[in-house]
Amino acid sequence: MDRIPILKLGEYLLVTVQVDMHDQLALTLQDDLTREIVRTRARGVLIDISSLDLVDSFIGRMLANIAAMSRVLDAETVVVGMRPAVAITLVELGMSLDGVRTALNVDSGMQLLRYARDAASGDGVGH
Amino acid sequence: MSPFTPRELSTILQTHQTDILADWLVRQSEAGAPQPGGEQRQVSAQFLRLVTDALKDGAGDRVDAPAWTDVRELLEDLSRARAREGYTPAQTATFVFSLKRPLFDRLQREVNGDRLSGAVWLTTQVLDALGLYTVELHQKGREEVIARQQTELLELSTPVVQLWDGVLALPLIGTLDSNRTQVVMENLLNRIVETGSRTAIIDITGVPTVDTLVAQHLLKTVAAARLMGADCIISGIRPQIAQTIVHLGVELGTVITKATLADAFKVALGRHHLVVAPSGAA
Repeated sequence: MDRIPILKLGEYLLVTVQVDMHDQLALTLQDDLTREIVRTRARGVLIDISSLDLVDSFIGRMLANIAAMSRVLDAETVVVGMRPAVAITLVELGMSLDGVRTALNVDSGMQLLRYARDAASGDGVGH
Repeated sequence: MSPFTPRELSTILQTHQTDILADWLVRQSEAGAPQPGGEQRQVSAQFLRLVTDALKDGAGDRVDAPAWTDVRELLEDLSRARAREGYTPAQTATFVFSLKRPLFDRLQREVNGDRLSGAVWLTTQVLDALGLYTVELHQKGREEVIARQQTELLELSTPVVQLWDGVLALPLIGTLDSNRTQVVMENLLNRIVETGSRTAIIDITGVPTVDTLVAQHLLKTVAAARLMGADCIISGIRPQIAQTIVHLGVELGTVITKATLADAFKVALGRHHLVVAPSGAA
């Protein structure tokens, strides 16, 4: 069975969804990702969905779930590269993914994660 | 007694073409033909000739039959031209209907008593069908104009302008309905991708009223832009609109709202770590 690869980039994890996301694949990703976050002690997760052109409410909910789970594991999730059509579909489905951070592309997503970490470490833990 | 055939009508038309045409032109100018003169004469003569040919080829009173194609094309050009020039459908249809009188006069002379009613009935049917066809075309021409104007309006009213690197502005003019929201949203999202913008300012100075539906459409646009990774600021909220929003209990949530586009632009620049400073001379 195919899996979505999870790459480690410094202290972040990069997930690039390049195939059509069917439900089982989404559930497997959820499993794999939570395991990887714990194993690598990642501070952030980037999910690149720029090649995803079909979403349904299940995938939308799954994205929200992954973000919530990562937050519990102390990692920020940023969903990047969402296509206009996908964004419109999700909004029409009534899913605005309120708890999920978003960015235009991997680059700005990475920047966002760094800012978030700097802001958090500025709060007292020290550099 | 044999029934009166279209072919016979064609023969009568052909034999007395000149007389009928002259008579018809008189009738047309009596009925207030829009463009008496050479052109009208030419079109009328051509129309008569085409109708004669069509009837000769055995065309019945069904004007949607292939035999009537040439006549239909002529009427199409005529109706479209007249619709553009602003004539009423009645004026256009009169072109065909005014042919009735000259034709009936001629039939009365050419066809003997018993068969006359059949002849008149056939002629009436053909001319009515052609007349109605012009009205239909006229209306279609108008509808095309309206549809084109609507799309033009839609395109004109939803420009997305780039204010700065990474800052887009969307000045909305007119009421936001579902159709327009769709177009606005698509335009905005596509421009966000093209320009890689992180901030979009939606200016509603030109939106006359904001009710719950419009607010919902606005929030949808904001949510979609956020999913793509761009933050939205809503600006141009007039005092009246601010009151309406509160009275209606519309919840704009976490969306930043500013009174003017300038204020919103300042916020956007701040997010991009940019400042506007006076030039060195001061």
